[in-house]
Amino acid sequence: MAARDGFGSRRIAVILIGAGLAAAGAFLGSYWLGLLTQILIFAVLAMSLDIMLGYTGLPSLGHAGLFGVAAYAVAVLTTAHHANVWVAAAAAVAIGALVSAALGLLVAHVRDVYFLMITLALGMVLWGLAYRWIPVTGGDNGIAGIPRLGGPVRAYYVTCVVFVVCSAAMALIVASPFGFTLRGIHENELRMRSLGLNTWLHCYISFVIAGVFASVSGVVWARYNGFVGPTYVDLTSSSEVFLMVTLGGPGTLVGPALGAAAIVLLKNVVSAYTDRWLLILGAAYIVTMLAAPDGLWNLRRARR
Amino acid sequence: MKDRARWRIVAVLVVCAAVLAGGQTPPPIRIGFISPLSGAYAQNGRDILNGLLLYLEEAGYRMAGRPVQLVVEDDEAIPAVGLTKARKLIERDQVHLMAGALLSSTGYALAPYIDSVGIPMLYPVVSADDLTQRRRSRWIVRTGYSGSQPNHAFGEYAYRTLKLRRVATIALDYAFGWESVGGFARTFEAEGGRVVQKIWCPVSVHDFAPYLAQVSRTVDAVYALVLGRAALQFMRQYTEFGLKKRIPLIGAGTTTDEHVLPSMGDEAIGVMTALHYSAALDTPANRTFVAAYRGRYHRIPSYYAESMYTGAKWIAAAAGRVHGRVEDREAFMSALREVTVTDLPRGPVELDEYGNPIENVYVRKVERVNGELQNTVVATFPRVSQFWTYDPAGYLKQPLYSR
Repeated sequence: MAARDGFGSRRIAVILIGAGLAAAGAFLGSYWLGLLTQILIFAVLAMSLDIMLGYTGLPSLGHAGLFGVAAYAVAVLTTAHHANVWVAAAAAVAIGALVSAALGLLVAHVRDVYFLMITLALGMVLWGLAYRWIPVTGGDNGIAGIPRLGGPVRAYYVTCVVFVVCSAAMALIVASPFGFTLRGIHENELRMRSLGLNTWLHCYISFVIAGVFASVSGVVWARYNGFVGPTYVDLTSSSEVFLMVTLGGPGTLVGPALGAAAIVLLKNVVSAYTDRWLLILGAAYIVTMLAAPDGLWNLRRARR
Repeated sequence: MKDRARWRIVAVLVVCAAVLAGGQTPPPIRIGFISPLSGAYAQNGRDILNGLLLYLEEAGYRMAGRPVQLVVEDDEAIPAVGLTKARKLIERDQVHLMAGALLSSTGYALAPYIDSVGIPMLYPVVSADDLTQRRRSRWIVRTGYSGSQPNHAFGEYAYRTLKLRRVATIALDYAFGWESVGGFARTFEAEGGRVVQKIWCPVSVHDFAPYLAQVSRTVDAVYALVLGRAALQFMRQYTEFGLKKRIPLIGAGTTTDEHVLPSMGDEAIGVMTALHYSAALDTPANRTFVAAYRGRYHRIPSYYAESMYTGAKWIAAAAGRVHGRVEDREAFMSALREVTVTDLPRGPVELDEYGNPIENVYVRKVERVNGELQNTVVATFPRVSQFWTYDPAGYLKQPLYSR
């Protein structure tokens, strides 16, 4: 009974959120619409990280690297090679998927802190490429002049569609038998292995899936901003995405989206009022970690 | 709850009072300002802001008969953040003009957006060559300098006057470093000198030992480009390595700029650099500016502060030229490109048709005067263009300076 009630309220929540997102384009000014667009892009990125972090239990500190690979791919293809934007977007996601498939081979066999360290190192390598492969990436200057998504309203609705499609796809994945095996690996890998499951392959696939969705958000981000630079790929960005997930609630898809919204809003709204906004951001992190160690969204579950 | 209601009443009263009091005055000119106010470049960003505030205070926050409202945002020296903040300033705060930015990367990131919304923007400091060369922007003017500009002059000076023949360079490994070293090497080698070594250090360098150890002992001088904390570290280590006694040190303007000079010791004495400004420049306009700046902020102005002070004067002159009607963006932008401002601290400045200043370049030497280090001006190259003496069309056909 309780489960059914949960399902009903969840359905209502989804409808309400959908209606809110659809209506936002008509009511919000271009600045707030821009922030909402950013939130949706980072929500996709945070949810993709959560497939690894929250579901499979693989803490990655190099996730912004994969985001950056796709963003740079779009940038290079559309500026240096003048490719059609749709072709470029598809190619960038494919490149992101290939890179995560290659990097996944290096990390899928390790767990916990070792996974953290290796992904951190890989993230630094990708950052180094963005920073030092100057003929291609423009180094410190980044690449400007990527064709943008159009006006704020158009950019918002395009992002909205991408967000809805990606989150639906991820929701299907985590609710599928495959998604349950990921959770099983998180709970007790040894037992999953003794059940005859190839846990390496499952971890590898979850890494690649996360990489693909990160690539999608990277593509949208590059097209939204019209610019990419090495700061998007560095450790700070990776840890920020990490924080979005842990703040919002790992192991759920709503949590990371919530965390993305919280961090984007804190960063942009609070900084308009005070120079000491970093202090407030830090305090917000600490309070959440103390009061809701499993993230904001899981607070609800813990109360029950 | 009661508290909140009370605050609401107070707020309403304040707004009413403001409306009544301000009923007669024209609506303000809104200026949006961004620079790094937190992080590693906070001091440079703060200096830029100080230059702007000093001018606005002197002018009583008025330009062309209209009050000026300033909205300040911190870009954290991250291009993406700068872009978001620029959107906020333009789309939410509806500013009439944008000013600021420090790093080249932020400058390049903002340009396409600024062009797409068509809001006039003034770059006081961003020195990336291409912003006024191969990748010009219709809505951006620069009142600072382009990275290679003072170094073209300095390369010639190093050969002809300092009689240097073989030089090694040590520079931070990013666009500003490449363009400065590139400009220096171009004119120095055109004269007949040779840059025998180019050593690059990462921007986040903490220890110069591995780089100083590479310096050839047979060079006539070392050319250094560093700034901020790295500049302090570099000066100290250059002396500790015993190089100071053997090989003269020259460099780009930031190496001994006033944003770090007061924190340096005797190790900086004798270092020669070139820039379009020195706080020790002995002109009435600069003496007044330095005295005012010292009185207000208790430190000597760096070139960052002077750049934005000059930028603010530039904005005021342009606003005056359109009689305060800054809402007419096209006219305001043309005015920004066409005005000339006199009595600037750094000396005469005019903008070329590419939106970059033609201005004096000063060769400076660090000396201790009255107990304080200063950049004494030892030579002046008048009216230096970003293209030096080359033909602009031919210059632009060549690639941008890189490593």
